[in-house]
Amino acid sequence: MISVKNVSYTYMTGTPFEKTALKNISFDVAEGEVLAVAGHTGSGKSTLIQIVAGLIDLTQGSVTIDNLPVADKKIRRLVGIVFQYPEHQLFEETVESDIAFAPKNFGLSDAEISAQVEEAMRQVGLPAELKSVSPFELSGGQKRRVAIAGILALKPKYLILDEPTAGLDPLAKENLLKEIFGAVKKSGATIILVSHNMEDIARFANRVVVLAQGQILFVGTPRELFSREEILSRAGLEPPPITQLLSKLNLNQNALTLDEAEKIILKNFPRK
Amino acid sequence: MSRFESGGTADAIYRFDVLILSPRRNEMLRIFSFVSEEKILDIIRVENLRHVYKSSSGDKVALDGINFSIAEGEFVAIIGNNGSGKSTLAKHFNALLLPTSGKIFIDGFDTSDEKNLWHVRENVGMVFQNPDSEIVAAIVEDDVAFGLENLGIAPEKIRERVDLALDAVNMSDYKNFSPSKLSGGQKQRIAIAGVIAMQTKIIVFDEPTAMLDPQGRREVLSMVKKLHAQGKTIIYITHFMEEAAQAQRVFLMEGGKIIKNDTPREIFSNVREMKRLGFSVPVAAELAERLRKKNFKLPPKILTADELAEALK
Ligand SMILES: Nc1ncnc2c1ncn2[C@@H]1O[C@H](COP(=O)(O)OP(=O)(O)OP(=O)(O)O)[C@@H](O)[C@H]1O
Ligand SMILES: Nc1ncnc2c1ncn2[C@@H]1O[C@H](COP(=O)(O)OP(=O)(O)O)[C@@H](O)[C@H]1O
Ligand SMILES: [Mg+2]
Ligand SMILES: [Mg+2]
Repeated sequence: MISVKNVSYTYMTGTPFEKTALKNISFDVAEGEVLAVAGHTGSGKSTLIQIVAGLIDLTQGSVTIDNLPVADKKIRRLVGIVFQYPEHQLFEETVESDIAFAPKNFGLSDAEISAQVEEAMRQVGLPAELKSVSPFELSGGQKRRVAIAGILALKPKYLILDEPTAGLDPLAKENLLKEIFGAVKKSGATIILVSHNMEDIARFANRVVVLAQGQILFVGTPRELFSREEILSRAGLEPPPITQLLSKLNLNQNALTLDEAEKIILKNFPRK
Repeated sequence: MSRFESGGTADAIYRFDVLILSPRRNEMLRIFSFVSEEKILDIIRVENLRHVYKSSSGDKVALDGINFSIAEGEFVAIIGNNGSGKSTLAKHFNALLLPTSGKIFIDGFDTSDEKNLWHVRENVGMVFQNPDSEIVAAIVEDDVAFGLENLGIAPEKIRERVDLALDAVNMSDYKNFSPSKLSGGQKQRIAIAGVIAMQTKIIVFDEPTAMLDPQGRREVLSMVKKLHAQGKTIIYITHFMEEAAQAQRVFLMEGGKIIKNDTPREIFSNVREMKRLGFSVPVAAELAERLRKKNFKLPPKILTADELAEALK
């Protein structure tokens, strides 16, 4: 379990550029849960998850993972984080060695490493022939896939993803989400997903934390969120396209997926 | 579907190109008025364009025989899977990359001819995905002025253009702000203001909304449409089908080739074909297709939520 208590954070305290990014944030993430974090750009999402992953030192409040404080080195092996700009995470000479980097550091055998690299490449949809290519010679979306594969290869118990599907083509996005929320979840992983994509949140998250100006504005299910117009507009969010489409039909019913929308229409409209 | 495939006009323009190498090609053609104005203004023309990246791990053919023309004032969206060649193509429009073979003409100027570089860059502005990596100055208005200073424009003129550009993106109130205090959508609007201030005829957007929240995406797209309405030629790369559906024409790229070049309505209403190619379509088109399978009699080629709502009434 991840437990965040009364966390506040200010960048560059004591300078003219002082900026309070988080104010008094508390929430828990249960074992096996998918928790989404949404909010306007600049609302504090990336700051929050970097604190949860122990990449920014806490100055106020506490974060524990499996009852250990985040500063404890033992949690390093438990948490994998994919940054918002994962291309900044790439540094090795080939795609293969880049993905293998973290598993190597954690002392896995060569056979285990190569098996995990292969599986991770499959999970993100990177063809095997890209193994020997330099990650810097890839397209934007391909780089992102390499960075995500590098984290998946670690098989972390806690997976933190900062806008993982930005820049991925629709098919890659769909497959990646299915992998993460299928295969990865089956292994019991707990996931924090930062996303601007309301459709992804609707489909995959158990709960959503909405941030606005560094504070929590809402915690609840996606369904509840997408029926709360005042929260959405205060946070600069909007319902997924399918939910918006259905509201155009004046049915007073919320659909979060195409399947739901189809059922509602079949029930309410005569087949002409 | 389009005049670009209909041979005749294109041939005529070719011949003129041999004759008229002047920078004022379009104006001259209009003066001679051999061809009606609407048909001359291919502000971008790409012929048999190939791009091969050379690297240690071997050659990579990123563009493999691309041909198209874009008329002045058109709004073209480019979609395609990761690695299909969209950004590589985008970088040819302002000569950041040069063809391995084939040609690309901007306003009649061959980008591979070094003496045209200035004219090409003056005509093509670029906006990229990551707003943070585009911001160069500590104050918003300096950031917008950056490109102009490099062009050697007089300071009073720069001020005037910067003010106009910030006004155009509704960011005048923020001119003395530090860009780091702005939201992602606002940063993208500053980047767009920078391009507006350059007064280029063509603006190329490479996934400008990929990193933005829904509100930021809306802001940027409405800005793009406004620029188009003012006569700019727009090239818009995106993975959001709802955005591509708002262009006049869509190029669909795969493996370094343009495999479809048509109106969004033709491209996206063919739901089955798009799925087969591994693409998604706007939700209204997809839902309409599902309902048709359940024996709903709906008009063909539904693309937007409004159209579907109307059809179900
Ligand atoms: N600097 C480079 N050196 C070698 N190959 C490259 C380089 N940049 C891109 N490529 C290759 O060229 C192809 C096209 O890349 P490009 O960046 O144009 O794709 P894209 O369509 O923009 O993809 P995305 O949707 O991921 O942004 C890819 O196969 C990529 O691996
Ligand atoms: N390294 C930094 N230095 C100073 N301020 C920062 C830094 N990173 C983020 N901020 C500021 O903190 C606030 C929250 O940013 P961030 O966590 O990146 O938001 P989000 O991920 O929701 O877009 C913003 O006002 C941002 O400008
Ligand atoms: Mg962020
Ligand atoms: Mg690209």
